[in-house]
Amino acid sequence: MPYVPHTEDEVREMLATIGVASIDDLFAEISAGMRPASFDIPEGLSEMEVLARLEGLAGKNAIDRTSFLGAGFYDHYIPAAVDALTMRGEFYTAYTPYQPEASQGTLQAIFEYQTAVTRLLGMECANASVYDGGTALYEALMMAVRKTRRRKIIVSEGLNPIYRVMLGSYTSNLDLEFVTVPHLDGQTDMAGLKAAIDDETAAVLVQNPNFFGSINDFTDLFATAREKKAVSVISAYPVLQALLKTPGAMGADVAVAEGQSLGLPLSFGGPYLGIMTCTKDMIRQMPGRIVGRTVDGEGRTGYVLTLQAREQHIRRQKATSNICSNQSLCALRALVHMCALGELGLRRAARLSVERAHLCAERLTAIPGVDMLTKGAFGNEFAVTLPVNAFEVIARLTARGFVPGFPLGRYYEGLENGLLVACTEKTSEEQIGIFAEMLRGVLR
Amino acid sequence: MKTIFDTSVAGREGCWPCEGKAEEAYIPSELLRQGDIGLPSASELDVVRHFTRLSQRNFGVDGNFYPLGSCTMKYNPKFTEVVAAMPGFTRLHPVLPQLQGAGGQCQGALEVMYETEKLLSEITGMHAFTLHPMAGAHGELTGVMLMAAYHKDRGNKKTKIIVPDSAHGTNPASAAIAGYTVVSVESVDGIVDPAALAEVLDDEVAGMMMTCPNTLGLFERNLPEIVRMLRKVDALLYYDGANLNAVMGKMRVGDVGFDIVHLNLHKTFATPHGGGGPGSGPVGVCEKLEPFLPISRVVKLEDGQFFLDYDYPKSIGYVAPFYGNFGVVLKAYAYILRLGRAGLIRATENAVLSANYMRKRLEKHFEIPYNRICMHEFVASAAEQAKTGVRALDIAKALLDKGYHAPTVYFPLIVPESIMIEPTETENKETLDQFIDALIEIAEMAITDPAAVQAAPRTLPVSRLDETRAARAMELTDDL
Amino acid sequence: MIPDNLLYAKSHEWCSIDGDVATVGITHFAQEQLGDLTFVELPGVGDTFEAGAEMGSVESVKAASEIYAPVSGEVIEVNESLEDAPEKVNEAPYGDGWMLKFRIKAAPEGLLDAKGYAAVVESESH
Repeated sequence: MPYVPHTEDEVREMLATIGVASIDDLFAEISAGMRPASFDIPEGLSEMEVLARLEGLAGKNAIDRTSFLGAGFYDHYIPAAVDALTMRGEFYTAYTPYQPEASQGTLQAIFEYQTAVTRLLGMECANASVYDGGTALYEALMMAVRKTRRRKIIVSEGLNPIYRVMLGSYTSNLDLEFVTVPHLDGQTDMAGLKAAIDDETAAVLVQNPNFFGSINDFTDLFATAREKKAVSVISAYPVLQALLKTPGAMGADVAVAEGQSLGLPLSFGGPYLGIMTCTKDMIRQMPGRIVGRTVDGEGRTGYVLTLQAREQHIRRQKATSNICSNQSLCALRALVHMCALGELGLRRAARLSVERAHLCAERLTAIPGVDMLTKGAFGNEFAVTLPVNAFEVIARLTARGFVPGFPLGRYYEGLENGLLVACTEKTSEEQIGIFAEMLRGVLR
Repeated sequence: MKTIFDTSVAGREGCWPCEGKAEEAYIPSELLRQGDIGLPSASELDVVRHFTRLSQRNFGVDGNFYPLGSCTMKYNPKFTEVVAAMPGFTRLHPVLPQLQGAGGQCQGALEVMYETEKLLSEITGMHAFTLHPMAGAHGELTGVMLMAAYHKDRGNKKTKIIVPDSAHGTNPASAAIAGYTVVSVESVDGIVDPAALAEVLDDEVAGMMMTCPNTLGLFERNLPEIVRMLRKVDALLYYDGANLNAVMGKMRVGDVGFDIVHLNLHKTFATPHGGGGPGSGPVGVCEKLEPFLPISRVVKLEDGQFFLDYDYPKSIGYVAPFYGNFGVVLKAYAYILRLGRAGLIRATENAVLSANYMRKRLEKHFEIPYNRICMHEFVASAAEQAKTGVRALDIAKALLDKGYHAPTVYFPLIVPESIMIEPTETENKETLDQFIDALIEIAEMAITDPAAVQAAPRTLPVSRLDETRAARAMELTDDL
Repeated sequence: MIPDNLLYAKSHEWCSIDGDVATVGITHFAQEQLGDLTFVELPGVGDTFEAGAEMGSVESVKAASEIYAPVSGEVIEVNESLEDAPEKVNEAPYGDGWMLKFRIKAAPEGLLDAKGYAAVVESESH
């Protein structure tokens, strides 16, 4: 029997030690009326058979398409060292580092991860991760509500619509008021956001670049929030953050990000990585695990889980969050990814992604009837308006092996002709050229 | 050990050879960052050696027995990693199925999700499952949100959730975060007592969260009575699946009256825990709660095709951006296919056998407050040893010196100096015996040389760390 | 470690009354139960509380506990040195480790004397 080592002799010996006659005796407390009505699970397969079955299922997924899909989730190159190092069993098969002396590897890695993401985002403190970028935003919102004891949340419509829907679901039983400030043709409405902040506002939530790819400086907005004692929350894109003005430099109180672009494959939506950083001022409101540096009895440096009195295993119903398991291994992947690329490498990956996206925008807008929707600065993603419905164009190009982007009409009424296009350093000039020609053909 | 940042030397290059144009060509300088990021500049070998050495300062199941109670640290079969790394899965963009005509491109992945939901439903006797919750506590929150949606739909005014005093801390935290008041119910003889429950149960109770077997490793034999009592006030019964490894094929939570269940795929179904996550916490519900499950739902059409359906007007909405930790679900799916019906039952039987064997061998050396047949884990107490000054924590540290990860200590809260041991079914008898011998030796040392136990661990990279200093100084990054 | 000249709440706060000003802290027993304190969270000057209301919290490495107002009134002074030196509460709970001064709104009710509080400590020690 796979993975169970006890032999029949050993089972008999163990039963004798326990003082029962059979294994069934161990389950005597489960009365007849509580036994399963059925347990209709197929009989087991060999390892070889399972792999063949899964190969078959994997083969039904078409992954040979050239894709310009992004929408917050990007196909960046992952150095081979990331898999090689993070798959080590010592990391992979450890539990949460409850025994610090036997978990210095995990703990120091989390400390280094906290250092790397705070530097990347220009913030002071980080936690050890939450589930994903969306739950990170929800936790940031709750930090603001606790800190300010207010209930109004200002949300930019430039925030990823998937996350906006998540926030609505998570808070549906709570007494909170959401004010959504509409985008202006894909641009974040800075004046509208500013005007919406009042003395009742707990938090203002924005994204940089916004969902349409547009890059902003939120320094003024965050200053206004600070005047009104509201908390500024920003959702960032880690790879581009190698180039962009940091949330910290803009004066954000909490900066979160979906960390998938840092060494995690797309994997149909997860596991991903919720990066959470904040100012030192907000640290007591932070959910989840945090690692701190200290010393042992002999003065040697070591690392421990710290500030645990915020957490559910101590504070139970008064905890800052219910989170227990997080995405630790994904955080390790992000750290190794950032180290393997290094200071220069991450910048180069970002630059190349930006360069390809600008080339792509130039080629696409050369096609009659295709216009830029994203105005002003953009990074590796931009929106264009097509002369026809984007859904149909996507369907036709997809059938030819090209996934041209994301249809904005799925979330934004009136933008049915809008197409959101992303490039990364993996996108080749040749692919861009073919894409432009195919789009020209479809629109002709 | 130095941090990777300490070893950085400006100018050393990582593994990225290409160079784009300077960003100023595309983005105005006022929108760009000032100065360096502060990431390390190191050669690839430097990075490999740093993380290899870090890994060597860690215990994991692959190298050490890890009897951490309530965590089910069973062996994680290696072939499931091959499955999760198949490019046909890793390269799938999650928004693909939202594109018109692109659903055909991810049929394999949708089939995995559909089949896993069906298998989990059959294992637990629930009507339907969602795979979206990304960890156990996330499943709990989803479950409590489902309770709220159900009661709102029925026009019920409910404000409270009952949680036994032996519960995991996540239970009361999840209930509170969803807006409920938490009411604790005391255990009698280690289990929930109907009379104690009656005292706190009224019309305002939305539901009760239970772990079965509970965190003492004891089966909740009053379950049928508890179910009857809750039904009378239209309260829902929630099953915390942390301990499902004890009952597979022996009891299905759906059959005995639980309305909502979360599972921990990273416990029962052998997906590795990765030093704290990612996990996966699918949630199953009975038929009357199905309309409230999170969207999207994966549906099988008559022609055998799968598609994602978002049209559930009563749904609680999105708890995840997409479909949960799909890569983790894949591993659990492969594990269930590999074990099959007999393998799952065998896993449960041997987990329970091993726990009882250890309990019996240990009973003369440690106090075992509820010393009767247990399920997959049991709780010992170091209260006797504490009289000589050797506490549960000291025993835990002494075990580390002997190469064992410590059991869970100081949980559950209702047993003083608790030591919660869960061996799992994948450890052989020699390992169990050696571990018991080590514990007995430590118990003897607690009498002959308590100071030596209190000084443990001595063989690891660091000895006991000053946690008070860590919390006061708050050095949370290399820069603070 | 239960001074005779103070009044006590069952929730382990002490207070010393001088005219209409009450000085408030947590007891020796409370700090001992918590262990080395790592953080003290206190309200601000000007905040008002009814007796028995939650007004702050204390944290150690392994525990956290709420602090309740033993009297009704307005906070007129906060021991700000605890922000950087929570250990003062461990070292001198009735001295340098004091937490707040209140302007009392009404005569204190339901507080215990040293003997009464000693009985509470006795019952909770088991």
